[in-house]
Amino acid sequence: MAIVRIPTPLRQYADGARTDSVGGRTLGEALEELTRHWPGLRPRVFDGSGQVHPFVNLFVDGEDVRLGRGLLTPLRADSEIAMIPAMAGGSP
Amino acid sequence: MPAHALRCRNCGRTYTLAPQYVCEECLGPLETERPRPAVDAEALRARIGAGPASLWRYEDLLPVAHDPVADLGAGLTPLVHASTLGGNLGLRRLFLKNDGCNPTWSFKDRVVTLGVAAARQFGFQVLACASTGNLANSVAAHAARAGIQACVFVPEGLEAGKQVLSAVYGATIVEVDGTYDDVNRLCAQVADEYPWGFVNVNLRPYYSEGAKTLGYEVAEQLGWRLPDHVVIPLASGNLLLKIERAFAELVELGIVPPARVRVHGAQPSGCAPIVAAYREGSESVRPVRPQTIAHSLAIGNPADGRYALEAIRRSGGVAVEVTDAEAVAAVREVAAREGVFTETAGGVAVAALRRLAAGGIFGPDDVIVVYLTGIGLKTQESVAGTLREPVKIRATLGAFEAEVLPGLAQVRPRAGQAVGGA
Repeated sequence: MAIVRIPTPLRQYADGARTDSVGGRTLGEALEELTRHWPGLRPRVFDGSGQVHPFVNLFVDGEDVRLGRGLLTPLRADSEIAMIPAMAGGSP
Repeated sequence: MPAHALRCRNCGRTYTLAPQYVCEECLGPLETERPRPAVDAEALRARIGAGPASLWRYEDLLPVAHDPVADLGAGLTPLVHASTLGGNLGLRRLFLKNDGCNPTWSFKDRVVTLGVAAARQFGFQVLACASTGNLANSVAAHAARAGIQACVFVPEGLEAGKQVLSAVYGATIVEVDGTYDDVNRLCAQVADEYPWGFVNVNLRPYYSEGAKTLGYEVAEQLGWRLPDHVVIPLASGNLLLKIERAFAELVELGIVPPARVRVHGAQPSGCAPIVAAYREGSESVRPVRPQTIAHSLAIGNPADGRYALEAIRRSGGVAVEVTDAEAVAAVREVAAREGVFTETAGGVAVAALRRLAAGGIFGPDDVIVVYLTGIGLKTQESVAGTLREPVKIRATLGAFEAEVLPGLAQVRPRAGQAVGGA
């Protein structure tokens, strides 16, 4: 099972949970399971067309999935998925 | 005039003032809302003119009230008429905004003074940031002055000058094995778990407004008019966005006459995700892995990228990438021709100016402002090995005349004695 870290602004949609354990071979499958556990998360994670919302950055084991295979990113049994709201950086 | 609420830039939901940066509804970024100044344009110009010689002269337009404990005197940096550099490019009215003249030698002092004032209002015991170096320096200094503990997170491999500066002010420096984007992700997670004031995470709505003063200030220094073009280095994209907004705000308030400002953005080719999106006609910015000596621009996942892109397009501007070699050449050129030593990010902006000029973007009488966001001393590694070595001599006139004079142009010994001037 992979661990998903849920960011503070979204915990209200997951009964206050900080993390959740989810199955799935890919990130996409894991997020499907997460949003089955917590249906309130679905519209915050996915937009109307099923794409990940542009304000949500997803990392699997520290890697930004947009640099790799996106929702097809494979998961290990002990993978950690981080959902991080977009935020601007430290420089100009 | 202090803000009275936070509002989501995406869905418009409002929140009471808090250290919060993300909308709980849609995860969009939150921004401060403040009332329109109660006085007319003429009175506002007069109030600004009579204000302190720092960015706090624009307090009427800022979301946080002035806090002397959080103020090291950021702002009101020189706007230099670059006649030699401009002359070479056929530009009569080229100006350099030299923001390396701030208290910790980069424009970050503008945002941090607001962030620290907000942090004090919210009662944070620890100040923190994710930084490519300049921000860490500024947070460390402002925290020292405010008597608050500072913990700054930076990527590995920063320039020595930036490391020394954060350390000398007494901050705990956390060097993360990874790029700035890794640092940023970690800080978002730390900010989620610990009640710390991260100036560019949970204090971001307050902090980021300080960048607008780079727009207000240039307009005031030009005699309350807007430039025709600005060239701005891009990292997260926030600076460009805020300068563009600042100009629009001044027009809306009637402080300057309406004018079209073409806003151009510059990135190093080793980290140019916004330029790539501009070129491809895309609305979204795809992250990249940064590989550039311009460390302060090495953000591969620019959070304000899509908004900066919109601003560039809306204004009729261009997004330009330049090589590291062009940036270093530009650093040396600005130093040698104009006496301003800027860091590599400034070199990127000047190299972009050169490309834009070659592309015929400017008219000869256009007012052009290039933003130099930090001092070259902090990134001196970039020019090391490219500069002339000192001429080393014994302390004799003979050695001077034999070894130094032949290398200098047009020097003669003084004629006769020198009383009253030669």
